[in-house]
Amino acid sequence: MDMHLTLTVDGEEHSLDVDTRTTLLDTLREHLGVTSPKKGCDHGQCGSCTVLLDGRRHLTCLSLAVAHEGASVETASGLATDGLHPVQQAFLEHDGYQCGYCTPGQVCSAVGMLREATEGHPSHVTADLIGEVDLDDDEIRERMSGNLCRCGAYVGILDALRECASQ
Amino acid sequence: MTEQVARPVKIRTIGRRTDRADGVEKVTGRATYAVEHGVDDGVVDPLHLWLVQSTVAKGRVSAVRAEAALSHPGVVAVIDHTNAPRLHDTDNRELAILQDDRVGFRGQIVALVLAETLEAARQGAALVEVDQEVDPHEVELTEHNATYRPETVNPDMDTDTDEGDVDAAFAQADVVVDHTYRTPYEHNNPLEAHATTAWWESDGGDERLTMFDSTQGVHGVAQSLAPMLGLAPGQIRVRAPYVGGGFGSKGEAHAHVMAAVLAARTTEGRPVKLAVTRQQMFALTGYRTATISHIRLGASADGRLDAIEHIVQEQTSTIREFAEQTASPTRMMYAAPNRRTRHRLARLDVAVPSWMRAPGEMPGMFAQEVAMDELAVSCGVDPILLRELNEPDTDPETGLPFNNRRLVDCLRHGAERFGWAARNREPRATRDGEWWVGTGVASATYPANRMPGNAARVRSLGDGRYAVAIASVDIGTGARTVLSQIAADALDVEPSAIDLEVADTRLPAATVAGGSSGTSSWGTAIVAAAQRFRKDHGDSAEPGLETTATPADDPAEERLSFHSFGAVFAEARVNHWTGEIRVPRLFGVYSVGRVINPMTARSQFLGGLVMGLSAGLFEDSYRDPRLGHVVTQDLATYHVAAHADVLDVDAEWLEESDDTFTPMGSRGIGEIGIVGTAAAVANATFHATGTRVRSLPITVDDFSGADGI
Ligand code: FES
Ligand code: FES
Repeated sequence: MDMHLTLTVDGEEHSLDVDTRTTLLDTLREHLGVTSPKKGCDHGQCGSCTVLLDGRRHLTCLSLAVAHEGASVETASGLATDGLHPVQQAFLEHDGYQCGYCTPGQVCSAVGMLREATEGHPSHVTADLIGEVDLDDDEIRERMSGNLCRCGAYVGILDALRECASQ
Repeated sequence: MTEQVARPVKIRTIGRRTDRADGVEKVTGRATYAVEHGVDDGVVDPLHLWLVQSTVAKGRVSAVRAEAALSHPGVVAVIDHTNAPRLHDTDNRELAILQDDRVGFRGQIVALVLAETLEAARQGAALVEVDQEVDPHEVELTEHNATYRPETVNPDMDTDTDEGDVDAAFAQADVVVDHTYRTPYEHNNPLEAHATTAWWESDGGDERLTMFDSTQGVHGVAQSLAPMLGLAPGQIRVRAPYVGGGFGSKGEAHAHVMAAVLAARTTEGRPVKLAVTRQQMFALTGYRTATISHIRLGASADGRLDAIEHIVQEQTSTIREFAEQTASPTRMMYAAPNRRTRHRLARLDVAVPSWMRAPGEMPGMFAQEVAMDELAVSCGVDPILLRELNEPDTDPETGLPFNNRRLVDCLRHGAERFGWAARNREPRATRDGEWWVGTGVASATYPANRMPGNAARVRSLGDGRYAVAIASVDIGTGARTVLSQIAADALDVEPSAIDLEVADTRLPAATVAGGSSGTSSWGTAIVAAAQRFRKDHGDSAEPGLETTATPADDPAEERLSFHSFGAVFAEARVNHWTGEIRVPRLFGVYSVGRVINPMTARSQFLGGLVMGLSAGLFEDSYRDPRLGHVVTQDLATYHVAAHADVLDVDAEWLEESDDTFTPMGSRGIGEIGIVGTAAAVANATFHATGTRVRSLPITVDDFSGADGI
C-alpha cells in the first residue's frame, strides 16, 4: 500500500507516494537519490544511517517514512551546503575516518550530540545530572557509541570532537 | 607491455602529511558506493534483488515454490537452479550458484527474487517456499576431526615444516611450555555491506557486462567471473570508486556477486542492485576460521629456545578449500634449531572461510606471543629480554638474510615510550581501588608483499599536469592519496599536478588491495611508468603523449627475506568484583620501511590496533552446533569495538627506508596493526590478575570467581 508523504530534505521539499513498508532510510536512498545516509545494518545497530530529523539525531533505518509526514531531514551533505560544517572540517583535520562509510552518520550524530550536551542532556557517564555538561573524553566516547566505525577511526573522531566541543 | 626497472625515487612529498584526496566526499556522504550510482553513471531504472538461503546444512533442493512470491505486487521473477542462466565452468562451487540442486551449507543461496522495489524483493523472498531434503552432515570443528592435511596453505605455503629433532630437544629442555590456544570464528564486517550493481548489454552480438562492485580488486572480479560466464575478461567492466572497508572479505568475488550477475542476465539490460544484508554476510561473504593452536616451546633455563612446535587445527568448507596459514609466522619469528609446524583441517558442511585481516599472522601470533609470555614467566626473564635472546641471525625458515629486521628496535623504543622499565614483574601485584592493573607486550610481524601483474599509465596533460591511471582500489586505506604522492615524486611535480584515475578495469591492471601489498605493488608500477615516461618523452612532454609500463622483476626478492615488524604494549585493568576488562592504553611501534603519508598511515595502524583490541575482547561468531551457521549474525550480537571501548590508542614508527623493497622505500602497513595486539592484551590481563587466558575473546567469565577474581 502506498501513502502520500511530504518531506524536506536538506532544505528541498519533496512530495511523493511511498510504500508503507518503506523506511525513512530507503525513502532517502532509493526514492529521493539522497545517499549521504548509509546503510550499515538496517537494524539500528551501527549508526551509519543517522540524520538530523527535525534537529535531533535519528536512525533512519528504524523508522517508517510514513510516520514522518512533514518532517525535515538534514543529512551530512546538507550540513555542507555553505561550505563544510565545523564538525566535518575537524574530521578532515584529525583524519576521523578511513573508508568513509560510517562517516556521514558520525558527522550527523556528532552535530546532534554537541547540541544535546549544550542543552544539558546527561549521558550514562554524567555524574551530575542537573548541572552543565562538561564534554570530556569519556562523555564524547559514551555519547558517540551508537556509531560504529569498523575502520577503527575512533581516536581521530575523538580528537575532532574534542576540538569542536571546546569551541 | 613495456617493462621498466623502477629505481628509487627522489623523496619530496612522500613522507609528508597530505590531505586525503577524497576527504570532502566522505565527510559529506557524497562519495558513491556500489549501490548508490544513478542515471548519470548508467544505472537506469534498476531492479532490486533479494537472496533466499538454504535452511539445511547439507542436502538437496527438491522444489522451489514461487507462486506466492510471483503474485506479490512488484515481484518480477524468482530464479532458482531450474531456471538460472547456465555457467560455463562450475569448478568454483562457492561462485557457481544455482547450477544444481545441491546444498553444501546452511545459508547457501538457493533462489533469487527480482522486484521493482526493495520492499517487494524482500517480501517476495520471504514468500518463496523451498523444499529441501536433508543429508547427514558434519559442522563442528573439534580436535578429533581436524585431521585432513591440505596440499598447501594460503596463499601457497608449505602445509608442514620440519627441522632438526624436535622430540629429542623437548626431552632435554630445561623448561617446556605446552599449551593449547584458541581463536574464535570472526567475521570481517566491513561497515558497507557487500554490494553489487550489474547490467548486461549486447552490442551487435558482443556481450558486455558492467558492474559497480564493493571489491578490493576490480580486475580480480573480472578475471574470476569471465571464464565462468564464457566471456573474455575484457567484456566485463568493473568499477569500485568507493568501497566501505573490506578487511579481506572483499578480496575476491563471493557468491552474491554471481547472484547479481546471473539475475541481471535475465532482465534484458535493466540493471540489478543487490546489497547483501548484515545477517546474510555471516554466511556468504567469508570469515576467519576458528583456530586451535597446540604450541610447545622448549628452552634452556635462561630462556633460549631450543625447540618450537606449532600444530594448528582449523576448518575449511567442503564447497571450497581455504586453509589459513596460522603457523606461518612461527616459522620465521624466533631462532631455534629444532622446529615443527603442521596445519590440519576439518572439512565441514559450512560456509566458506576466507581472508580476514592478517590471515595466519593474526591467530598464529596470538598463540605464539601468549606462549612466549608464558615462557618468560617460567624462566623468570623479562618478556622483552626473552624476545631479544631469541632473535635469529637469518630467517629461520629460509636461511636468507632479513632485509631489515628491527623487532628489537621496536621493542626497545616501545618500552621506553610506554614506561616498561617501571613495571613490577610480579603478576597480580598491582591494585588500584577495585581494579587489578597489569601490562603486557607482544611482537608483531607481517611479510612484505609485492605482487606481479601491475601496470600504470602516465599521460601528459600539458601545463605540467599529468594523468596517472591504475585500476587499484582505495578501500579506505588512503591509496588515492598516497599514489598521488608517489606519482608526484616519480614525475618530480606537486601532487596537485596529478590527476589520478583508479578502480576501473579499463585502466591498467592492478592486483588486490590485500596482503598489505597494495601500495608496494601499485606504487612500484606508477614509478616504473613515470620513469619510463620521462625516458621516452623527456621533462616537458607535449600534451597527449603517454606511456604504459609494468615494473621489471626485482632479483633482490630472491636473495632476502622481507618482513615488517612491530611491538605492541597494552595496559589492562580487570575489575576485582565483576571481571570487567578495560584497556586504558594500547601502543604499537612499527618498522615498515618509509611511511608515505604519516596521517593516513597512523590511521591504518590505529585501525589495526582497534581491530586487534576488538578481537581480544569482543569478537566471536557463535555457531549453532547442529547446523553450523552463525547465530550472532548482526552487530548487536557480534560485538565490535565501539567508541567507549577505545581509550588511549597510539602508534609510532621507526624512521627508515627500505629502498631494496620498493622504489619508495616503503613496505605494507595494512595488516600489521592487528597482529600481536590481542596477545598483548591477554598478557596484560595475566599480569593484572595472575589468571592466564589462552582463548579469545577474553571475557568476564575468564576471571570470575565467588569472591571477586
Ligand atoms: S543502518 Fe541504521 S543503524 Fe545501521
Ligand atoms: S571510516 Fe570505515 S567504518 Fe568508519
